[in-house]
Amino acid sequence: MTETTTSSPRKYRAVSRASASRALRVGARDVRLSGWLFVLPALAAYGLFVLWPLIQTFKYSLYSWDGVAPAQWVGFDNYKTVFTDHELVGTLKHAFQLIIFFSGIPVVLGLVVASVMRRVASPRISSTARAVLFLPQVVPLVAAGIAWSWVLSTSGVVNQALSAVGLGGVTRAWLGDFGTALPAVGVIGAWVLLGLCTVLLLAGMSKIDPSLYEAAQIDGAGVVREFFSITLPGLRQEIGVCVTVTVIAALSAFDIVYISTRGGPGNATMVPGLKIYQLAFFNREVGVASALAVVLMVLVLVCILPIQWLTRKESEA
Amino acid sequence: MGGALLLVLMAVTLLPFASMFTTALHQSGTYPKGLDWPSDPHWDNFVKAFHIANMGAIFKSSVLIVLAVVPVSVVIATMAGFAIGQLRIRGGQLVFVVFLLGLTLPFEGVIVPLYYEIRTIGLLNTRWAIILPLIGLFMPFGVFWMRAYFLTMPRELSEAARVDGATTWQLFWRIHVPLARPAVSSLGILLTVFTWNQFLLAIVLVDDPTKRTMAGALGAFQGQWGTDIPLLSAGSILILTPTIIVFVAFQRHFVSALLQGSLKG
Repeated sequence: MTETTTSSPRKYRAVSRASASRALRVGARDVRLSGWLFVLPALAAYGLFVLWPLIQTFKYSLYSWDGVAPAQWVGFDNYKTVFTDHELVGTLKHAFQLIIFFSGIPVVLGLVVASVMRRVASPRISSTARAVLFLPQVVPLVAAGIAWSWVLSTSGVVNQALSAVGLGGVTRAWLGDFGTALPAVGVIGAWVLLGLCTVLLLAGMSKIDPSLYEAAQIDGAGVVREFFSITLPGLRQEIGVCVTVTVIAALSAFDIVYISTRGGPGNATMVPGLKIYQLAFFNREVGVASALAVVLMVLVLVCILPIQWLTRKESEA
Repeated sequence: MGGALLLVLMAVTLLPFASMFTTALHQSGTYPKGLDWPSDPHWDNFVKAFHIANMGAIFKSSVLIVLAVVPVSVVIATMAGFAIGQLRIRGGQLVFVVFLLGLTLPFEGVIVPLYYEIRTIGLLNTRWAIILPLIGLFMPFGVFWMRAYFLTMPRELSEAARVDGATTWQLFWRIHVPLARPAVSSLGILLTVFTWNQFLLAIVLVDDPTKRTMAGALGAFQGQWGTDIPLLSAGSILILTPTIIVFVAFQRHFVSALLQGSLKG
């Protein structure tokens, strides 16, 4: 009797341990196969409609092609064109200029607004403001473009306001004037992206340890000192995300420019995205368009990678 | 002082919408001055724009595209995110990096070959021309999103299920998917808005406005009625109203979803 009562619990434990480890081993084998089946659909869609076209873009950039007749090999000639043609270089320049508006304003102003929101007494104003400021992110960019085209037109609100305060002489068609067209497009982009940055930075601020602020106050630090010594470093990751997203938006801008200026007046607001579209589908210069597309993509990476490296999480530093 | 800044910014944010709204109420064909409530509001402009632009058909088209793109994208992205983030399959890191590269990709980088590819398949000017590429283009973001979520789930959960004899498929559908509901629904909302607002793919790959997204149709609308400002404004308002309604309804969900996602990884 004692034999069975002492050995059966032991035997039971041994059996269950064996079956559990066997289940894990079988499970592991199962994972290796079916795990890959789980990734397959996403990889297939991505491969078919992103990776394959991407490779094709590289290929097209080495040829001169009009989309119909047989293509001619031209090597890197298209790239030479991209970097020497005045107009094409201009698009790259404009893209960088847009970064000032699409990234600079939303990030800086976003920091200010988020700080203000943290200090404002009424949480209701704060959360209403957050929702309202985020609105431009939700509407189609082309609708934003149309709305702002109207606001910035000769009989639009901006000119109406300027006249009302006696600055009637400054009024003009902001999007049609060679000097102000690009900044005007920039303002539209800033309007679209401010809400996103504000919300992101606000979330980041709420993650900063309040005891840091308390310690600073004990040491007699003022608001400005607090901001630069505690808030800003604490927002490293969030600022990184804001800058990344807005820089990509600036460099690859299409919708806003298409709807508001089509690149005009002249080429004052022509950006790479729009130029690629024009070159490929209207000028029938697929090779040059593809070369410009490759240059654009490389430019994006060149701008993004340093930002990512500079603002990576503290734990990885 | 701070409150004043917020109010000013809110006013500036809403200004373009307000201006477009008042303009939409003016007599068709006129050029109203800036922000100006008309003496006789033409509410019928909205009805007129709706019919002229065939908005009913365009709305239906957008809904069809969203219904085709979002569920499929969410499911396959969740599956991939699960495999990489929870199952930690061998080579998963490499696959993830491949997807990650696509995150910085501007659509202009692939739109030209996409056009010829779709043309070769013979789907040009159909809704599939927008649906299929969009599913592929959403994969980097979707997989990134779901992987980040699945990384936070404890391995013990899966191991316990395996000891009980669960297959991978059962593990996925019975255990992890129900738990992932917040992340999955946030992704769904974001992809719905991205799809609805998609413009470039629509204007390049589809000629017929009634087969585009609503944002894409606005491009054609501007081309045809660009000079009738009140009508164009009315049409634009009709097009952006659905997204605003969705946003207001899911507002807290939306913003928190975006925050969680962009701060992960």
